[in-house]
Amino acid sequence: MSFYQTIAAYEVFDFDAFFARTEGADVVRALNREKLEAIDFLTLLSPAAMAFLEPMAQKSRQLTVQHFGRTIQLFIPLYIANQCANQCAYCGFNRANAIQRRRLTLDEIEAEARAIAATGMRHLLVLTGEARETTPMEYLQATVRLLKKHFASVAIEMFPMQEAEYRRLKEAGADGLTLYQEVYDREIYRKVHLAGPKTDYRFRLDAPERGARAGFRAVNLGALIGLGEKRREVFFTGLHARYLDDRYLATEIGVSLPRFNPAEGDFQPRFPADDREFVQFLVALRLFLPRAAITVSTRERAAFRDRLIHLGATRFSAGSCTGVGGYAQPERRETPQFEISDTRGVDQVVRAIAAQGYQPVYKDWDRIA
Amino acid sequence: MNDEVLIIGGRTFSNRLFTGTGKFADNRLIAGMLASSGSQMITVALRRVDLSAGGDNILDHIPKTVTLLPNTSGARTAGEAVRIARIAREAGCGDFIKIEVITDTKYLMPDNYETLQATEILAKEGFVVLPYVLPDLPLAKRLENAGAAAVMPLGAPIGSNRGLETASLIALLVENCHVPVVVDAGIGRPSHAAAAMEMGADAVLVNTAIATAQDPVAMGRAFSLAVAAGRMAFLAHMAETSALARASSPLTGFLNAVENECHSTRP
Repeated sequence: MSFYQTIAAYEVFDFDAFFARTEGADVVRALNREKLEAIDFLTLLSPAAMAFLEPMAQKSRQLTVQHFGRTIQLFIPLYIANQCANQCAYCGFNRANAIQRRRLTLDEIEAEARAIAATGMRHLLVLTGEARETTPMEYLQATVRLLKKHFASVAIEMFPMQEAEYRRLKEAGADGLTLYQEVYDREIYRKVHLAGPKTDYRFRLDAPERGARAGFRAVNLGALIGLGEKRREVFFTGLHARYLDDRYLATEIGVSLPRFNPAEGDFQPRFPADDREFVQFLVALRLFLPRAAITVSTRERAAFRDRLIHLGATRFSAGSCTGVGGYAQPERRETPQFEISDTRGVDQVVRAIAAQGYQPVYKDWDRIA
Repeated sequence: MNDEVLIIGGRTFSNRLFTGTGKFADNRLIAGMLASSGSQMITVALRRVDLSAGGDNILDHIPKTVTLLPNTSGARTAGEAVRIARIAREAGCGDFIKIEVITDTKYLMPDNYETLQATEILAKEGFVVLPYVLPDLPLAKRLENAGAAAVMPLGAPIGSNRGLETASLIALLVENCHVPVVVDAGIGRPSHAAAAMEMGADAVLVNTAIATAQDPVAMGRAFSLAVAAGRMAFLAHMAETSALARASSPLTGFLNAVENECHSTRP
C-alpha cells in the first residue's frame, strides 16, 4: 500500500464537475460535521465555500485553540549546502543556474549554530540541495550530531532517502522530517522537474512514509502552491497527511502551505493563489486535520502572517535566511533558494506573536538519548 | 462535615484542583491562575522547559509553595519516561513525576503497558509517581502494587473538553483503589469537574479548559469552586437519584384513602 494508490483512485474523478455542482448547502453540511471525510474536505476547498470563509475561520480558530492553545511554535532554517543534481524549473538551486555553489564545513556549521542559538531559537530545520556526492550520508550524520548539541530539536529537509538512511539520521539526532512533494499532479510534476533524481515522482511521494517507518516523531508535508491546480493540490496534501495519520499513530503528521514566491530565474506559476484562497486552504486543512501542526513560513508577508495566527497556523519560521549559511556572517549572504517576504528578526516575530495574544514557543521537544 | 486533607507523596493538599502549564497565551497568566484557583499542584512538560537558556522559563512563573509535577510528555516508551523523570529530578524539579507515555499521536491515548513498566522502575527509585492511564481497574491495582502514589485516569481524550466519558470505568477505580484517584484529561467545564468530585474522585487535573478560556484567571477560580462544591456534595452523601419524578401528591395515594374509608364504613 502506498499513498500512490489513493491518488490513482482520483484519476477518473472529475474535480471540475464536482466543484461546479457544489452549493452553499453542501458547504454548510461539511462545515457542521464533527469528523470530515475526504469529500467534505473537497467541498470546503470548492469555490462555493469561499462565501463561507468567516464561519470556516471561526471553527478553525476554535479547533486550533482547543488542540494547541494560544501558542505558536518557532523554528529557523539552516541551509548547509546548495549543490543540486536536479533541474527544477521553479527553484533557485536549479543546477542550470549559474550561482555560487557552496557546502559548509563542520566548523562553519558550528559557527552558524552558535549564531542561531544566540537568537534564542531552539528548534532547527537543516536543509540541503540534492547532491549525494557533495553531501554524503557521513557528512549529514556528522552535521546532525553537531547541531544536536546546540538545539533541542533538529529536523531535516533534504532529498528523499531510503528508510535505512532516515534511520541513520534519526539515530544521529534528527527528530523531524520535512519533505514537500512540490506538486501532486503527475503531469505537471514531470514538466517542472526537468532532470535529476527528483524526476522520480513515486520515490519522492513515498519518502514521508519511509520517514514515518524510520521512526521520526514528526513528518511534515506540503505542495508548493502555484505549481498545480491549487484546490486539488491542497486536497491531495490533506489526503496525504490523513493517509499517514491513519497508519502511523506514533508520528505527528503536519502540513505546510508554501506559496510560490519568485526565486532565481523567471518561473511564473500557472496557478497563483491570492490571499483569500490561501486563507481558505489554511482553514479547510485545519477542519480536515484538527490536530495537525500547520506551518507558515517567511514566504508570507509579515502583516499577513500575523493574521494567520488566528486562523489555524501553529508553526512559524522566523529570522530566516534561505541561502547557505548566512547567520554567522550576514554580510556573506548567498543566493537564496527562494525569496522571503517576512524579513523580520526573531525578536520582532516574537513580539508580533505576543501582540496577537499568543505565546511564542521556542522549545517543545527534547531528544532523550 | 470535615474533609480529610489529601495526601500524596507525603505532601498535603487542601485544594483538590490540580492544574497545568500548557497552552497559555502568555506564561505570566500562570501565576495569576494559580493565585485565583488556589491550586497547589501544577504539571509541566519537561520538553517545554529550557534548562539551558536565560529566556522566559515556565518554571519562573510557578511559586515555590506550589508542588511541581513534571510530566514525561513526548515519551513513547517506558525507557524514555524513566530518562525524562531522572532529568527532571536532576534539574531540581523535585521527586513528583506524572508518567505520560503516548504512542498514539492521533487520539493521544496513554499506553498503559509502558506506563506500568515506568511506574515500577521510578517508584523503586523513590519518585512520587502519578501515572496517567486509561481507566482500567486491574491495571490500577498493579500500579498500586508497583508503588504509584496515585492513579490518574482520563475522563476523555486530552484537550477534547468532552467531560467524563469514562465515568463508569472511573467509578470502579474510585471504589476499589487505595491510592488517590485523580481524574485527568477531557474535563472541559467546571460542571464536569464537579461531577468527577461528586463521584468520589480525590482530585481533578485541568489544563486545556483553563488555559484556553478567554479569561484563564477567572476560569481557574471557577474550576476551583466547582471542585470544592463537588467534594462537599460527595461528603454530604447526596440523595439517591430516580429516573421518574416523585410527585408530592402520588397517583396511587387515593388507594390508602379508599382503604381507610372502607375500614371506617365497615359495620
